[in-house]
Amino acid sequence: MLEVRGLRAGYGQVEILRGVTLDMGPGEIVALLGANGAGKTTFNSVLAGLIRGWGGSIGFEGRALPPGDPKAALDAGIVLVPEGRHIFPNLTVRENLWLGGYRRGRANRTRNLEQVLDTFPRLRERLGQRAGTMSGGEQQMVAIGRGLMSEPRLLILDEPSLGLSPLMVEEMFALIGRLNQQGLPILLVEQNVHLTLEVAHRGFVMENGRITASGSAADLLADPELQRSYLGV
Amino acid sequence: MLNPTILWPAILNGVTTGALYALIALGLTLIYGVLHIINFAHGALLMVALYIVYFLFRLFGLAPYLSLAIVPPVMFALGYALQRGVIGRAGHGRDENILLVTLGLSIVIENLALMLFSSDTQTVETAYGFSTVSVLGAFIPVPKAVAFVGAVVTALALWAFMSRTDLGRAIRAVAKERKGARLVGIDVDHVYAMSFGIGVGVLGIAACLLMPSYYVTPQVGHGFILIAFTIVVLGGMGSFLGALIGGIVIGVVEAVGGLMLGESLGQIGIFAIFILILLFRPQGLLGHRA
Repeated sequence: MLEVRGLRAGYGQVEILRGVTLDMGPGEIVALLGANGAGKTTFNSVLAGLIRGWGGSIGFEGRALPPGDPKAALDAGIVLVPEGRHIFPNLTVRENLWLGGYRRGRANRTRNLEQVLDTFPRLRERLGQRAGTMSGGEQQMVAIGRGLMSEPRLLILDEPSLGLSPLMVEEMFALIGRLNQQGLPILLVEQNVHLTLEVAHRGFVMENGRITASGSAADLLADPELQRSYLGV
Repeated sequence: MLNPTILWPAILNGVTTGALYALIALGLTLIYGVLHIINFAHGALLMVALYIVYFLFRLFGLAPYLSLAIVPPVMFALGYALQRGVIGRAGHGRDENILLVTLGLSIVIENLALMLFSSDTQTVETAYGFSTVSVLGAFIPVPKAVAFVGAVVTALALWAFMSRTDLGRAIRAVAKERKGARLVGIDVDHVYAMSFGIGVGVLGIAACLLMPSYYVTPQVGHGFILIAFTIVVLGGMGSFLGALIGGIVIGVVEAVGGLMLGESLGQIGIFAIFILILLFRPQGLLGHRA
């Protein structure tokens, strides 16, 4: 479904991604693991078209994605919920969600809003509140809700548990599992290795802009080399 | 001095003049208050709009109020093109660059006008220019009454546009969170240009309503630009109803101050009230806390 081949990208002179190859099947949760600075967020940004890659290719559902075109990525159904959430702090919760259907999913906005509010009952109580005044966990719900409003065919979640209370973190991972049960493929970028590999089907480990290990979630958890070198368990 | 037969006409005159100020500030509160583009060319663009109204009248005999169908769309297109082609390109999103670019634009536009039209004062004579309506015993010129209604309608329309339409929401979204906006498929450059275009388009409305009771020279914008920035901050950055109220407050203070202190000292009152209000409400009359 998603086929990334030899993807290279960077900023200015600095190469961040040095040939990343990764694939995802339909309905999978795939974990992308790696230390800070490994290139995970750059990888996401290239997938979502926010950054233009230097080389390599991205195929999605059998079609090549044009590089550096966020609208094309969105039109294909690749929806990124970015690290740091990037919701609209000055807009109400309802307006934030509604803008999720600004381009993709426009025809079904009312229906999609109901579905999102069923998924996040807490947001239903806060529809009129300005999103910037909410707690971190609630803001993350708005960010994911806004992503769901774009009718994703691939949902990329970048560090969704970052800055959340331990209880909210558990809730967030449970939610990721639930979203996936309806068949939504999710690329999950996380530093919380254990919880991530519990919910994911497969995982890739990124180091210095390259994929250095991959396999089923269970294998990755059990791999003693990986545990020592990166996972730090 | 506080005799109501003198005070009431002064207040009424202040309200209607203030509504005209507000009309000019409405576009600025969208451009500066929402998008934080410091548009020093606002006054020069008002002058351009006034000249268009003037020449439509002089060459084609088109009454200023009928120009409402032409001038706002033309000014919108000009604003869109300026933001897309000049300000956005040369500004690189840095406040100090944008400030210099818009200042430069205003100098170029004003000197072009000076070269083409000379510095002569031009007016438009209409049948209703000197007729008056009576409001509770005081008389105000018809053009000022029309401008007052126009300012209220424009402020309400802009408010509804910003809160009820997708483009309005996108403008507010882009103002605070560009990356998030790109992720939901908002074309950031287009939205910036649309906002700038709408802000400049409102100047077109202002020009059509201002021309019957005012005049145009290449420097006509100077008198308005400082007051317009004052109103934007006074009303609360980006608040259209705040700009309307702020404009009227300024107009009344100026008129009553002129009555009490004499014409030339009337403007002191504007800045006294400005400082006083911001002391107690730093976010402006209807502004939100940052």
